[in-house]
Amino acid sequence: MDSRFRGNDGPKEINYLREGGRARSAFWQIIAVMLVYVCLVACAQNSDPRTLTFWTIGREGEAITQLLPEFERENPDIHVSLQQLPLSAAHQKLLTAFAGDSTPDMTQLGNTWLPELVALGALEPLQTRVANSKTIHPDDYFPSIWSTNVYDGALYGIPWYVDTRLLFYRSDLLKAAGFNAPPRDWNDWRRMLAALSHPERGQYGILLPTNEYEQLMSLALQQPDPLLRDGGRYGNFESAGFKRALMFYVDTFRLHQAPPITNVEAGNPWVEFGRGVYSFYFSGPWNIGEFRKRLPSSAESTWNTALLPGSDGPGAAVAGGSSLVIFRKAKNKDAAWKLIEYLSRPEVQSRFYDLLGDMPPRRSSWNEGSLRSDIKAQAFREQLEHVKPTPPVPEWEQIANEMQLVAAQAVAGDLSIDQAAAEIDRRADRILEKRRWMLDRAQHTSSAPP
Amino acid sequence: MSAQRSAWLFLAPAAIVLGVFFLLPVIGAFVLSLTDYDLYALADIHNLRFVALGNYWTLLHRPLFWSALGHTVYFVAVGVPLSMVISLCAALLLHSPLARCKPFFRTALFAPVVTTVVAVAVVWRYLFNTKYGLVNYALGWIGLHPVDWLGDPHWAMPAIILFAVWKNFGYNMIILLAGLQAIPAELYEAARIDGASTWRQFRHITLPMLAPTLWMVGILTVSGYFQLFAEPYVITEGGPLQSTVSVLYLMYNEGFKWWNLGSASAIAFLLFLIMFVVTACMLRLGRKEAEA
Repeated sequence: MDSRFRGNDGPKEINYLREGGRARSAFWQIIAVMLVYVCLVACAQNSDPRTLTFWTIGREGEAITQLLPEFERENPDIHVSLQQLPLSAAHQKLLTAFAGDSTPDMTQLGNTWLPELVALGALEPLQTRVANSKTIHPDDYFPSIWSTNVYDGALYGIPWYVDTRLLFYRSDLLKAAGFNAPPRDWNDWRRMLAALSHPERGQYGILLPTNEYEQLMSLALQQPDPLLRDGGRYGNFESAGFKRALMFYVDTFRLHQAPPITNVEAGNPWVEFGRGVYSFYFSGPWNIGEFRKRLPSSAESTWNTALLPGSDGPGAAVAGGSSLVIFRKAKNKDAAWKLIEYLSRPEVQSRFYDLLGDMPPRRSSWNEGSLRSDIKAQAFREQLEHVKPTPPVPEWEQIANEMQLVAAQAVAGDLSIDQAAAEIDRRADRILEKRRWMLDRAQHTSSAPP
Repeated sequence: MSAQRSAWLFLAPAAIVLGVFFLLPVIGAFVLSLTDYDLYALADIHNLRFVALGNYWTLLHRPLFWSALGHTVYFVAVGVPLSMVISLCAALLLHSPLARCKPFFRTALFAPVVTTVVAVAVVWRYLFNTKYGLVNYALGWIGLHPVDWLGDPHWAMPAIILFAVWKNFGYNMIILLAGLQAIPAELYEAARIDGASTWRQFRHITLPMLAPTLWMVGILTVSGYFQLFAEPYVITEGGPLQSTVSVLYLMYNEGFKWWNLGSASAIAFLLFLIMFVVTACMLRLGRKEAEA
């Protein structure tokens, strides 16, 4: 193909150049020929029907290489081509791939990013495939986690692993201070934080990095008031519920029960938790593995996990995690679905947990292997029945970031609770301006006479 | 074929490359900065709104833009003179006839320039650590209280400046060293015979002879320092309390994190305008100096 193009165009090219006046069009022609050639080469590379392109994000990419050989043995006609994206670059890469029309067949996708790709229309609806599936049963999944994949009645992803934030605590330190059980509500929690904080000795009740929004967001999600109002048109941060959460959060710093530092300065929180610098640590499931790896095995009995305390009684936590999605423009949708079904099998999910500590979204997977017997995972199992999704708007992550920036100002004492809440609302409303315009326009066109 | 035509033909490849890969994107970005191009517009081009200078107007009303500009100007105003003075001192030391092992020191002082910014930034993050960092350990030695370098909004920018100066002074040092070597030795000889002290030799021979090089190095450094990005991105992620957010960092966040390409392009053009004015003023000042 290559030589034929050259054979036809070579002499013509030279003629144009001789004519001089038409040199410019000759250049355009050369560029056009080059573009066609590049396209042909690119298409030739992608059209292999048996190669399934799969993007993973972060640590999952390494663990999954150990699960894929078995899948390829079962399906000799499918070859999985894996690309591992670092978390910091993944968001940009996914959007660029969509803009450049070069999306893979399937990808792992965090459920805060799902609304964006749904809004772009980049994802393939999956409800028909689920209805016909023998391995994937929606009833087996934690309902809140499943619902983060549903938009306007259509299903766009299958939960792959779940993530939530709850409390890690030093049971020995709590006992020494006279507390036999972890806190159940905010009052308990505040009392324990007060008893365990000795800022003069560099000891604090808890580490809440001021540049991570997950902790404040978890407290805010426990409240009855939604974080956005009017169908995601405006922020709802001046609600009584959010102010209560923000007050509790900021008070923890004002009472010197948490140091006002970012995770950059926190450096190595695992070792400091082991040393008793912090008695509580507010984090996610992967840290079970991190603590086991970084603390001596003798320390195993000194810490445990607990449900997140709510304003009165055990509270909800955030429904996080990643799903597996198929792109609308995928060339191998059936093969991609086969891989999703394989990765959703309880025994595969249980192996995945052993490899990485990522918790499975299916209840039946929790009855397998080491998960069933791990005491430290049990709080997560219980918490996952009580999780709440974040507002399903593409702008949510940006709003959560702004929320945290303002909250950090309140922690520093630059803003009062009321001022901070009003400022977050102001910023959220600015970010949602385009969304309001789009929703209003959609309403306008649908109600307009034909 | 006329000579002019063939000249154009020879220029054409370079002109086309420049046009396609530089001029077109710049024009595209300018057009983009007049729209509210974002995620929704990416999904469906009908969601694009033409906002004229709306992005610029909003930016000029955003406190974060002004504070980012303030941080950038702070970085340039402190970092550039500091970096130039250190470069000049290092170059003078290396140029001194008393210096031993010159090739070794030249390489050692130039080494930070060729290291990867991300890798050394991680190392410096440890050096600046409040509790365990070497910097505070050294301060403790001379009896000073530890400084919360990366956690205190007032100290984070000085920490970044220290890092950036350390990272970049070697480059200017090499250029200034070349400038020093070009000064004829006879001038110093004549001054010595006239009884000029070392300081007066420096003041009346080295500085005037080095002035053109200094101006060039200054202009290059200013335009480089205005584009502060990698240092805060790796060391502080813009924090604490956004005290190290630079204009370019703000643009990166707007454009690539939140995909608001319209307002990100507007930031880019505003930064371009500011840099253009500043370097033009410096060029003019430098020329006046040379004429005087």
